[in-house]
Amino acid sequence: MTALLAIRDLRVEYASARRPVLALPGFSLDLAPGESFGLVGESGCGKSTLLLAILRHLGPGGRITGGAIVFEGQDLLTADAAALRRVRGGRIALVPQEPASALNPSMTIGRQLMEVPMQHQRVGRAEARERAEQALADVRLPDPRGAMARFAHQLSGGQQQRVAIAMALLARPALLLLDEPTSGLDVTVAAAVLDLLTALSETYRTAMIAISHDLAVVARLCARIGVMQAGEMVEEALAATLFAAPRHVYTQALLAAMPRLGGAAPRTEAPPGETLLDVAGLSKSYTVGGGRVRALEDFALRARRGAMVAIVGESGCGKSSFARVLAGLQAADTGAMRFAGRDLAGRTLAARSPREVAAIQMVFQNPETTLNPAHTVGQPILRALRKLAAPAPLPLAARLAALLEMVRLPAAIGRALPRQLSGGQKQRIAIARACAGAPDLLIADEAVSALDASVQATVVDLLRHIQRARGTTILFISHDLALVQAIADEVVVMYGGRVMQSGPAARLLAPPQHPYTAALLAAVPPPPGAPRAAIRLRGEPSDPRHPPAGCRFAPRCPRHLGKLCDDTPPPVQVTADGGRIACHIPLPELALG
Amino acid sequence: MPAGSLLALLARRVASLGLTLLAASFLVFMLTQFSPANVARETLGAYALPEQVRALTRSLRLDDPILLRYARWGGVLLGLKADPLQDPRLGLHFTDPRGARYFGNFGYSTLFRAPVADVLWSRLANTALLGALALAVIVPLSLALGILAGLRPGGLLDRLISVSAIAMTSVPEFALGVILVAIFSVALRWLPGTSPLTTGAGWPLASQLVLPVAVLAIYDSGYVARMVRVAMIEVLGQPYIRTATLKGLSRRQVILRHALRNAMIMPFTVLMLQINWLIGGVVVTELVFAYPGFGRMLLQASLFGDVALIEAATLIALSIAILTQLLSDIGYWLLDPKARG
Amino acid sequence: MRVGRSGVAFVGLALILLWVVLALAAPWLPLPSPTAQDYAAFAHPGPSAQHWLGVDPLGRDTLARLVWGARVVLLLAPLSVLAAYAVGCTLGLLAGYYGGWTDALISRASDVILSFPVVVLYVILIANIGPSAFNIVIAVVLAAAPGVGRIVRGLARRLAAQDFIAAARLRRESGLYIMVVEILPNCRGPLLTDVCIRLGYTTIMIGTLGFLGLGLPPPSPDWGGMVQQAGPMLTVYPAMALIPAGAIISLVLGFNLLADGLSEAP
Repeated sequence: MTALLAIRDLRVEYASARRPVLALPGFSLDLAPGESFGLVGESGCGKSTLLLAILRHLGPGGRITGGAIVFEGQDLLTADAAALRRVRGGRIALVPQEPASALNPSMTIGRQLMEVPMQHQRVGRAEARERAEQALADVRLPDPRGAMARFAHQLSGGQQQRVAIAMALLARPALLLLDEPTSGLDVTVAAAVLDLLTALSETYRTAMIAISHDLAVVARLCARIGVMQAGEMVEEALAATLFAAPRHVYTQALLAAMPRLGGAAPRTEAPPGETLLDVAGLSKSYTVGGGRVRALEDFALRARRGAMVAIVGESGCGKSSFARVLAGLQAADTGAMRFAGRDLAGRTLAARSPREVAAIQMVFQNPETTLNPAHTVGQPILRALRKLAAPAPLPLAARLAALLEMVRLPAAIGRALPRQLSGGQKQRIAIARACAGAPDLLIADEAVSALDASVQATVVDLLRHIQRARGTTILFISHDLALVQAIADEVVVMYGGRVMQSGPAARLLAPPQHPYTAALLAAVPPPPGAPRAAIRLRGEPSDPRHPPAGCRFAPRCPRHLGKLCDDTPPPVQVTADGGRIACHIPLPELALG
Repeated sequence: MPAGSLLALLARRVASLGLTLLAASFLVFMLTQFSPANVARETLGAYALPEQVRALTRSLRLDDPILLRYARWGGVLLGLKADPLQDPRLGLHFTDPRGARYFGNFGYSTLFRAPVADVLWSRLANTALLGALALAVIVPLSLALGILAGLRPGGLLDRLISVSAIAMTSVPEFALGVILVAIFSVALRWLPGTSPLTTGAGWPLASQLVLPVAVLAIYDSGYVARMVRVAMIEVLGQPYIRTATLKGLSRRQVILRHALRNAMIMPFTVLMLQINWLIGGVVVTELVFAYPGFGRMLLQASLFGDVALIEAATLIALSIAILTQLLSDIGYWLLDPKARG
Repeated sequence: MRVGRSGVAFVGLALILLWVVLALAAPWLPLPSPTAQDYAAFAHPGPSAQHWLGVDPLGRDTLARLVWGARVVLLLAPLSVLAAYAVGCTLGLLAGYYGGWTDALISRASDVILSFPVVVLYVILIANIGPSAFNIVIAVVLAAAPGVGRIVRGLARRLAAQDFIAAARLRRESGLYIMVVEILPNCRGPLLTDVCIRLGYTTIMIGTLGFLGLGLPPPSPDWGGMVQQAGPMLTVYPAMALIPAGAIISLVLGFNLLADGLSEAP
């Protein structure tokens, strides 16, 4: 069988101020028709460059300086402009990263789709319209006809990604390039998109190259996987082989950093300390675009001193709102939030005592905005020591060095500017800053989700170390259930501003479970070969301005009971082992899974 | 429901712009009429006796609080009240063929010794002609220059256009006027150096418009072209342009179908704001060319202290500025689907 | 230095420096007094050995008036832009950081000022408060501060939503500290370009006011006023008006080229 695509010693350079940067020193790959190949590596490893090089569209400064790309018998590197245009979108199609910005904001979805068959199959408008609509139906977009007339910003992230996939498949290409196909999507939505891609590639027998920073994603899509580091493919194997017997150290590190369900790390078995935080009936709403969004409703949570409590949920579920209310950046509307015996619910920072402010500190999600680009990274730590920490005999510089050492950074880094630091280093600085006042409670709001997998693992490690060594209570907020169940003592699962399920972390993995918890678990990609969970959620979270009257999860619930779920808020049921589940389905029935 | 949201947007904008207009006109009223003695003196002229000034101040009730006087002035403007200056008992001999009470009564111009309404509208028409011609040059010129420069940033054409555009915006209107007159009317004798809009000196009317329009157009075109260039460069760097290219579209199709419309959103707002600049520009240009327009009238009124005329002229300038803001909101709504929600 | 890398910015800087040096050196240059009238020069007002650039309609040396006029422009333009920035930054930071009513009040008031055509605003303002150096500064502040405020407000709003501001609040920093130490330094880049553009535009404005007869009262040397006074002689001695016009253009060009170079630099 001849190869569909043969890349030989591909060499790509980017022009830079001093000397050209070698992005790909010599990349080779063979792909058979219908074959799927996944490429995993951290940001900047050259995997996106490879996709763009195949399409001969490297952007400013990029240059292919050697090698060959032979596709369907034609060398793309010597192809003329007309031939390239026939290949692009016609024979090789790209599903771009972040469809929100990859779709034209001022052109209807329909017209953008219709361009493809009109360009490549030379069909008329009516025929193109029909094909575009069919393509939207194929990617299971609800109401394909209606979607044709809409603009990108009127669709949700998952819908935009489906549109991008439909656009790529319209011309029935022989090769599909997927650039981080699930980045920016919520876990349940991402799982559905991956299902769709798998199904489509089986239907159309399209060959596929998928790149991602997430090993689990490519493993889910591709039979063969390459691991890339600094422009080189350090390991290449069948997915199952790679998982079972990784050869390269880097692959081993990637696999080790990958959280797995049930593979809980040895837990601290924290001594049951006294209750530090007790939240009950907490509500918070905002006015957004002319409507009220109830970000938190009747929220409850208990945290014992020294424990790690996790809140899990998808974007917009209210987990960050709670973090901001707890930290005092915003005030709650109603409810109680007792911290070390005093109610903080209605009090923002201005109304809290200095000790109360120092006691609750926070690490933020985005490493790029967590530090002021105009100041050295040591500056906020020093300020925090001055404003929050108890007086100590040691000079400030020594205390700064001690904090930096605690987060495993050299003392000299305090004089660096944020742009000289990596994402992981920035988050460590943010942790040092938050720890300067010796807080009782540290909120980590998606603190590791923007980091590459291996870095993520070390930062999580650091947080657990702080929890153990300093006895700090940690509120770990994440969308990643697999990660959370492996490290937290207690977990709260949120959806649409409400708690769906809470209880000890181990309690989550086995029935009785809330249907949403079950769906979240099913969305975690299993290792290759393992049975695939069948639960998938319909649609996407409903408009937070118009939540359903009953259970928030009712519109997407696979075990939806009917009017009862739609109209009546569910009761909270307590399991024998201390879990709490808010669902209409009786516990024995939930236990059946 | 796009139509409904446009109406809602319009209602909101009209209300807010109406308030802005009210506040701005009050500001001008305060500035020009703050000192009551001044108003009476300007009305009576330089040779009035102190007793006359005092008498007029009394009979016009100029000692009342400024808000009250502003309300009275508004009443006269809307035709709800008779203009007190036309009262024959004052002996000012101010008469208006339209009577003392009509909508749009801006009062009496002491500079031109005529009702403001007689002075204002014909000059405004002359200026509108000038402005319209200038816009007719600015829009195509700046779009063409900006797009051409933005297509290949850093290229030779871009460098050429960019530096020319900077040079164009570095020449004040009055300096440009002087330079153009020196070249085209003094040295070459191709065009008239003044534009009184009369044919007494033998120049056809059209020829009198060339230099004033050129002065107005050159400065603004440079400015707008730079905006268009920046917008074009920004849009061409967007991921959706890459999507279009990787669909197999030609560069021409990518630019015409995907880039242009998006690149027009920002410059469109800028272009509409240019009308505000043009109003300012005409003051200078009309002075340079002795053009019988609204801008020169405003300047003369300001220098003379003709409060009624200043008030009328600024109110109209503001209304035009605010109306164009409204137009630009509507245009933005039409151009950018995101604005429609 | 960033400027060094861009040729355009370098040309701009050179033009500005030329005038700065001339203005600073004015008292020591071998020039006649800018207000002294040379009646003998009336016969030939063009360039001569005594008057390198000729004389104006009142027989005053054009070069001397240009050099002394540069002192006026180069003092007034930066001073008024600085004052406009002080007011604009304060308002913009308050509006952008606090939002809510503070923002609504400041923004609506700015909208009122910004709805005036700029030249019209200057004309009615100066015509009413009288032409003087101080009043020109007042007028520039009134006309330019809302524009500066709007830019700073936008930057401050975007920055205020970033996590490092929340982090500063979490260590009990005051609003003043956050605005001045955390937000303001990050506005530097966009504002630097804006300062140059505004300096150029203010130079145009000062010249325009002079040309409209609303500049500095005579006999102060004022570039715009020089163009105006030479206007009637344009048909006979065009250089008399073209030379001061060229002076203004060169200085404005300097500011604009510098602004362009600064905005293109990474």
